Amino acid sequence: MEHIELFFKSIFIDNMIFATFLGMCSYLAVSKKVATAVGLGAAVIFVLTVTVPLNWLLDQYLLKDGALVWLGPEYADYNLGFLSFILFIATIATMVQLVEIVVEKFSPSLYNSLGIFLPLIAVNCAILGGSLFMQSREIETFGLALNYGFSSGIGWFLAILAIAAIREKIRYSNVPPALRGLGITFIITGLMAIGFMSFGGMLTDGDEAPAAEVETQVGSQNEYIQKDNTEKTDGDAKLSVSDVSTLTK
Amino acid sequence: MALLSRKDSKLILDPLTDDNPITIQVLGICSALAITAQLKASIVMAVSVIAVMAIGNVVISLMRNIIPSKIRIIVQLIVVASLVIMVDQVLKAYAYELSKQLSVFIGLIITNCIIMGRFEAFALGNNPWRSLLDGIGNAAGYGLILVIVGFFRELLGSGTLLGYKVLGDPIEKTGLYALGYENNGFMLLSPMALIVIGIIIWVQRTRNKDLIEE
Repeated sequence: MEHIELFFKSIFIDNMIFATFLGMCSYLAVSKKVATAVGLGAAVIFVLTVTVPLNWLLDQYLLKDGALVWLGPEYADYNLGFLSFILFIATIATMVQLVEIVVEKFSPSLYNSLGIFLPLIAVNCAILGGSLFMQSREIETFGLALNYGFSSGIGWFLAILAIAAIREKIRYSNVPPALRGLGITFIITGLMAIGFMSFGGMLTDGDEAPAAEVETQVGSQNEYIQKDNTEKTDGDAKLSVSDVSTLTK
Repeated sequence: MALLSRKDSKLILDPLTDDNPITIQVLGICSALAITAQLKASIVMAVSVIAVMAIGNVVISLMRNIIPSKIRIIVQLIVVASLVIMVDQVLKAYAYELSKQLSVFIGLIITNCIIMGRFEAFALGNNPWRSLLDGIGNAAGYGLILVIVGFFRELLGSGTLLGYKVLGDPIEKTGLYALGYENNGFMLLSPMALIVIGIIIWVQRTRNKDLIEE
């Protein structure tokens, strides 16, 4: 069922942090303690779940090519797609303001510990990225958009939870001084991203559409790998390259 | 006669090394990672960010005395979004294939922390000339890291630079490939960008001991 497929795909394969590195700034800044990481992760899940479907409605009835048909048949040629950025960011900023008010009322301690990072969710690449990917992958129904927002949020939450837990433990390790703090976090995140790539094998049962989406994103990577593969005339199996190309599909 | 005074030239040169937005200030990392598999994409992204930051800094600085404090984030977002829309349209017109490759990452310049960060920290409190220099400096610092990462990833990952095969031809086995060298296909995958930046941070902090944490 495509809902379940989208759900697992967005959490593990197209993970917001590990596949596309969206939301890294707050990911790196808030992951020093697990408690604040959990709070921020929950806020991101909420904001994504709310903004992606809303932006889907905007996209469907305002921004797509020919979307203004509901106003009247003479509007069928209008394409307001260039306004996407401004409209998306406006909805996101409004929703984040709402979340801020709700959090302040229901959990003042969380509000205080998150500090400046709560309003900063508005400019978190992950939130805008969620809406933009929803638009570029042409998600078809409202239900799928809701699903996508929610599962992307869960993926982001999983990532920040993992790195916060690791960073708490790594304080007891013998990291070289120049790598302490930021440097080792980058390298650990890189290793975790490599680990998450192993999930890429989960959905390769002949789905052409998901492969195409990933390829437009990572088109440059596949281009070089595919060129090498197709120009091969002798039987030499370049195992490393072909394995890598199936991983990126 | 020097072109820029000492204070002004510090605005441009500092972010290139000691105050680098990516490695020191930890801003703007999102787009630095996903698109650097090719040097050309990195250069185009760097130039786009320089354009948006420079013009944005000047615009915000010109308006700094009339923006009410309560809505300043919204005003900043609108300014950046408009500039990014323009950059996006220019890219779609003059470099269509590249804009397809960069796809959503041009839009994500809006949420690039460096831009909003510099608006808040600098443009709102300084005159347009210095804001322009600060914008160019920080965006250049960002662009420098992008180009370095893109350079290594493309060179080691596919043996080309800007599309030109510099290490020889992997199919015909000329150049370096004749000695048995193989492309490290791993470098083309996004996690390696993180690891390359980690190594850049390591090199930077080893050279400048003041930057080490704890």
